[in-house]
Amino acid sequence: MTWRFGLVESTFTPLLTSHWALAAALCLPLLFGVLAAILPPRRMWPVALACPPILVAGLYLLTDTLHAGLLRWQWEFFGVSVALRLNGLSILLLLLTQWMGAAAALYTPGLLRISEPERFARWLWPLMGVVTSALSLAWLATDLLTLYIALEMMGLAAVAMLLLSGKAAALQAGMRYLLLTLVGSLAYLLGVALIVGYWGRLDLAGLAQVMEPGPVAWMAAALMGAGLALKAALFPLHGWLSPVHASAWTPVSALHAGLVVKASLFVLLQLWSLLLPDAFWAPRLIAWMGMLAIIWGGLIAWRAESLKTLVASSTVAQLGYLMVVFPLLIGPDTSPLARALAWEGFWLQLMGHALAKAAMFMSAGNLILATGETTLKGLAGTSRRLPLSLLVFGVASVTLMGLPPSAGFTAKWLLLHAMVVSQQWLAVAALLVGTLLTAAYIFRFFRYSFMETAPRQRYQPLAPGMDMIALCLALAAFVLGLLAHFPLELLQGGSA
Amino acid sequence: MNAAWLPLTAIAASLLAAVIIFTLPEDARRLRTNINLLAAVIKITLVALMVRRVVQGDEAIFSFQIVGSIDFVLRADALGVMFAGLSSVLWLCTTVYAIGYLEGTANRKRFFGFFSLCVASTLGIALAGNLFTFLIFYEMLTLSTYPLVVHSGTDKALKAGRVYLRYTLTAGVVLLFGVVLLYSFTSEHSFASERGLGDYLGDHRTLLTFIFALLVGGFAVKAAMVPLHGWLPRAMVAPAPVSALLHAVAVVKAGAFGILRIIYDLYGIELSVELGVTTALAVAACITIIYGSLRAIAQQELKPRLAFSTISQVSYIVLGVSLFGPFGTIGALAHLLHQGLMKVTLFFCAGIYAEELGIHRIDEMNGAGKRMPLTSLAFTIGALGMIGLPPVAGFITKWYLGIGAIQAEMYWVVAVLVASSTLNAIYFLPIVHRLWFRVGPAHGHGTWPNEQRLGRLETHGWLLWPTVFTAVISLAAGLLAGLPFSPLDWATRVAVGEYLQ
Repeated sequence: MTWRFGLVESTFTPLLTSHWALAAALCLPLLFGVLAAILPPRRMWPVALACPPILVAGLYLLTDTLHAGLLRWQWEFFGVSVALRLNGLSILLLLLTQWMGAAAALYTPGLLRISEPERFARWLWPLMGVVTSALSLAWLATDLLTLYIALEMMGLAAVAMLLLSGKAAALQAGMRYLLLTLVGSLAYLLGVALIVGYWGRLDLAGLAQVMEPGPVAWMAAALMGAGLALKAALFPLHGWLSPVHASAWTPVSALHAGLVVKASLFVLLQLWSLLLPDAFWAPRLIAWMGMLAIIWGGLIAWRAESLKTLVASSTVAQLGYLMVVFPLLIGPDTSPLARALAWEGFWLQLMGHALAKAAMFMSAGNLILATGETTLKGLAGTSRRLPLSLLVFGVASVTLMGLPPSAGFTAKWLLLHAMVVSQQWLAVAALLVGTLLTAAYIFRFFRYSFMETAPRQRYQPLAPGMDMIALCLALAAFVLGLLAHFPLELLQGGSA
Repeated sequence: MNAAWLPLTAIAASLLAAVIIFTLPEDARRLRTNINLLAAVIKITLVALMVRRVVQGDEAIFSFQIVGSIDFVLRADALGVMFAGLSSVLWLCTTVYAIGYLEGTANRKRFFGFFSLCVASTLGIALAGNLFTFLIFYEMLTLSTYPLVVHSGTDKALKAGRVYLRYTLTAGVVLLFGVVLLYSFTSEHSFASERGLGDYLGDHRTLLTFIFALLVGGFAVKAAMVPLHGWLPRAMVAPAPVSALLHAVAVVKAGAFGILRIIYDLYGIELSVELGVTTALAVAACITIIYGSLRAIAQQELKPRLAFSTISQVSYIVLGVSLFGPFGTIGALAHLLHQGLMKVTLFFCAGIYAEELGIHRIDEMNGAGKRMPLTSLAFTIGALGMIGLPPVAGFITKWYLGIGAIQAEMYWVVAVLVASSTLNAIYFLPIVHRLWFRVGPAHGHGTWPNEQRLGRLETHGWLLWPTVFTAVISLAAGLLAGLPFSPLDWATRVAVGEYLQ
């Protein structure tokens, strides 16, 4: 598995321009964030001017990675060597982060203008910058310490962003999230300490070579796994997720549910495939939890009264799809074909869900902003008066339901194929039942929106572009299903 | 030269129309009408071009890789363009009708947008070159018809929508499972494969039968075969043009068409017979035919009666497929077209009666023939065709199905056909009798439930002319069945292609 994650030596030295592109990708979000705190943008255009340098840097790194296959940077700091790598997978996730970050940033000025900005609103910008930079770092990091720094920065910035809206409920949920994310970090750190104490090194590629399965590796994997599962809101450690989203600002929710929880999952998968390459029960445990997550998250979303709870609970269920794939990715007895298919399906599902969930949070935010109602009942009549917001929700939900031609469908096809080949019938059933449950809560939403018994006629008009940005994200998830060949070609170790 | 652009632009035409309609403001009525009609005409032209290519023995193919060995394939073969032709011609008629029908009502933008999407999906189903592509458009059809079913936003409509989704989405999941199983074990899902699945018969007989059951079970929901038909009568709460297009062409036919593709192009007829699945299918189809007709007799309202009649009539197609032999196949394929034409006419008429006179129940129809002669004439043609009386198109179908049954030595099927025709007569002839031979409000006895003078003629021209047109075509398809490009001729061409392989 290490080669799939690009944890190998590269014979290719990065060019000078790639150094600059890397620096831009990692630092510019942070820099622009600070700039925006000093001079808060009131309109969309300053943000639109700030995005291109970051996006261009990402695209440059993409072309570089396409040429070289694997880019690797290495530095020495006070005797500690730090390395970053860029392979097909990490460039995909980096680009996803940059584009979704840009979308969230472009969405923000309109939101802040309409929803009477509070005192702390300007702090949203640097925090968004920190999250974007930390995410980018997390995809590139190759040692436990850098990963820890990235996760910690990301987690703390996410907590701060969620606290910003300043409501009492937000404070309560945010403090709980802070506590849990610190507990998660602590567990992770303990695991790191065990590993350093026993093997005396932190770099993943080196660890993969010296690591041998045994109680220490299991203990470390268990500690880190529990910590990361808590941060990633994997069932049954998901309880903090939906209260946090209930009162958070829309772009924050979009980034958080789309990317931040995924980063912990990415690190978890990466570490376990190093620490427990031949584990049989651990990935299965995750998969069983995933099946329960699909059912539980679906049921909660189905019964949800408030719109945001629906969207947040759906994240729990969708993470379940990813958890179910674990036994195919880690473990001794998987055929190469099944593993390759599962590998592709996993990342496609992750990317599709990230885009679609961000779009869905934005459209839910738009609906709440426009109607002033946070419950599903308040949606009556919206299908006539807010068709565009609903369309976004609809296109995004096609991906979540995994219906064609969305990324969710292509991913589900790959995953089902892998599961049938390796005869994991329970997982197949979970995926299929999940589709129906998702459809159940999605169409419950639409049933409310089609009701024509709306008493009110007045709606808060949205700022221009707020719906269009969300639509672009939703359409990206949609088109990704048809054009899946191109991103998946980048992944090493797929079936293509 | 395989003209990849042809099937692609044909689908893009209605897809693009949908996008443009969604971006237009609600009150841009004239522009929306023009776009709708333009797209429909473009589509007919493109389908005509595809038909010409097929006649020249050259199929237009478009394909690109989605992931791994999965391709997105559009292929305009003889069977595909047959269904494409039906849907594009009837789309034009129904669009004209719908413009007239919905005039002055709310949410027309949403209606026409999803209507176009729905037609794009139907065309995609017709032209899909493998099961994966088929599945894409099949699910798209499910999603794009939901807003049409719940269009009125009433409690009843929302309930019908819920039932509709419950049936179709579950079927979609079953279908997906079947397709994935098939693909995982055989790496085969193309409709153009020469070999068929015969190679796997020895080792995987049970599995092949199981997959067949999954696939056909999934399609049977949309084809409304008993006991999976529950959604169709409820979905009648949709506006008349939706009932007409969905239940004559798009949804139920998509299911029947899927079964055709599975048997002819995926499994192959010999393999299906060898597995013994066709007999089971024939029995299921016969049960549906009889059950649908019996339930239709019990309905006192016009649209539900037509809905149950649809349930019964669509299974003729399945029945014809499951009779091993060319005549059964020709009957099935021709019925795909004939039933579409006749049923669309009947639903158009039902919509006109409801709009112009407020008639929903059958006992309110006395003497309507005097008030609305053209509509009633069209209804009569459709009804006689459904019964299977010459010279209307329905007769041709039943004739071929009968011959097919005798050739396959399944004599009980002939009995079912006779019984079904009798039942059809029992539920259609009283309506025709009421229309023409009973005295009603038009003769000064009583009043119509809710009469409106919608136009200079007996009703609005946009409603009347499509109805008359489809009625004339159903008559012509029967009278001129021997001419080239008649439904029968094309069905024969397809059947010959299938059996000579």
